[in-house]
Amino acid sequence: MTAATFARAPSIGRAFTAQVQRDLTIAFRSRSELINPLMFYVMGISMFPLGVGPTAERLAEIAPGVLWVLALLSTLLSLDSLFRRDFDDGTLEQLVLNVDPLFVGVLAKVFAHWLVIGLPLTLLSPLAALMLFLPGAAVPTLVLTLLLGTPILSLLGAVGAALTVGLKRGGLLLTLIILPLYVPVLILGAGAVTAVIDGVDPAAQLAWMAAILALMLTLTPFAAALALRVGLE
Amino acid sequence: MGRLKTLWHRLGSPRWFYEISGPWAAGSLIVGLIGIAVGLVWGLAIAPPDYLQGNSFRIMYLHVPAAILSESCYILMGVAGAVLLIWRMKLADMVVAAAAPIGVVFCIVALLTGAIWGRPTWGTWWVWDARTTSMLVLLFLYFGVMALRQAVPREESAGRAAAILAVVGMVDIPIIKYSVDWWLTLHQTSTFKLTSAPSMPAEMYLPLLVSVLGFYTFFFGVLLFGVGNEVLMRERRTQWVTDLVRSRQS
Repeated sequence: MTAATFARAPSIGRAFTAQVQRDLTIAFRSRSELINPLMFYVMGISMFPLGVGPTAERLAEIAPGVLWVLALLSTLLSLDSLFRRDFDDGTLEQLVLNVDPLFVGVLAKVFAHWLVIGLPLTLLSPLAALMLFLPGAAVPTLVLTLLLGTPILSLLGAVGAALTVGLKRGGLLLTLIILPLYVPVLILGAGAVTAVIDGVDPAAQLAWMAAILALMLTLTPFAAALALRVGLE
Repeated sequence: MGRLKTLWHRLGSPRWFYEISGPWAAGSLIVGLIGIAVGLVWGLAIAPPDYLQGNSFRIMYLHVPAAILSESCYILMGVAGAVLLIWRMKLADMVVAAAAPIGVVFCIVALLTGAIWGRPTWGTWWVWDARTTSMLVLLFLYFGVMALRQAVPREESAGRAAAILAVVGMVDIPIIKYSVDWWLTLHQTSTFKLTSAPSMPAEMYLPLLVSVLGFYTFFFGVLLFGVGNEVLMRERRTQWVTDLVRSRQS
């Protein structure tokens, strides 16, 4: 590669920002796709009092698990659209052909996805926690676990979304292949919140989540990029 | 080193593999079945009963090998997946394809025998015990790999997609196992305690060892047969497969 090639190609940083900006613009132009996972989160949570009874003690007991499981499911439902639209209109092919290294483009898309789904979920969680009578002292930990955990969900989910992108009905399959991989995040996230309720320091769980986030941040973009190449063959 | 390299290159030829693997598969199946038979008869009939669990512990001679094999099989699948992704070796894809269903069967055998053992010992068919749970997640991972392979229409893409998932799963398995162990210690209730018998005497341990080795050999044979079948399926349009089928028919 000569200096001229470098001069012509946009820098990695600019490619990343451009991709994030583009994805955010598209997301904000189709509001329903933006709102639907959040609505699902709140609606799904409101089903639990209806199902198990409105007693505050009982709800508070299951609250950490319910809040985390619903965060998991909302993310899963939103994942199918991560690459789908781009695949349908051919932009994904352009991304694969033009962005070098590809994992930067994938990382940008995952980051945009997290900004649109994971972050709002995290910000909405105190309200949902209120609906389930989660003790107030546990709410900051809940927000912190979601802040650490939702990026992991997006990153792992991107691998699944990339693997199923070329398939006609990939949605359910995506859920099947990704849910088992979400087990550690669910255990650690809900476990940290439960620990606070039980009066135990959740630092260990939080540290582990941060470690998993670091691992996934370094591994999954490559796996997803490879999967995209396979899917577009 | 030179011979290893030649072997490595030869593995790139499915036909060579098919021709060489047939006798190995049959041999390992026979040796494996004998090993399993010896291990099971020894364990089920000859080994002394457990001082606490009586005779119900004997299911261990089936349960433990199945559980070990289901995990080994996933690791093998993940390694084969990595080989496929890195060197694009066709044979590795066939190994992934052949290993998944075998792993599922071992997984289900381990879960079922665990449940049957749990009924008289723990008083319940199912316990969210750390090992049970991680075995269940392992089963789900196998299902995912198989479902993905079936869903992707193009054979080559299907193989590579399944390989990526297998590798990601292999990286995740230690994390899953660790987190499940941890989850159990956090949620441990005093309802059930594994009867931690003192270290096993040799009369109990040896048949288990024979059984495990028998299962490994048996698995190796079944896997070779499975890969051989995959070779035939994928090369079915080539001349040598046609010749082979014709020669078998006549």
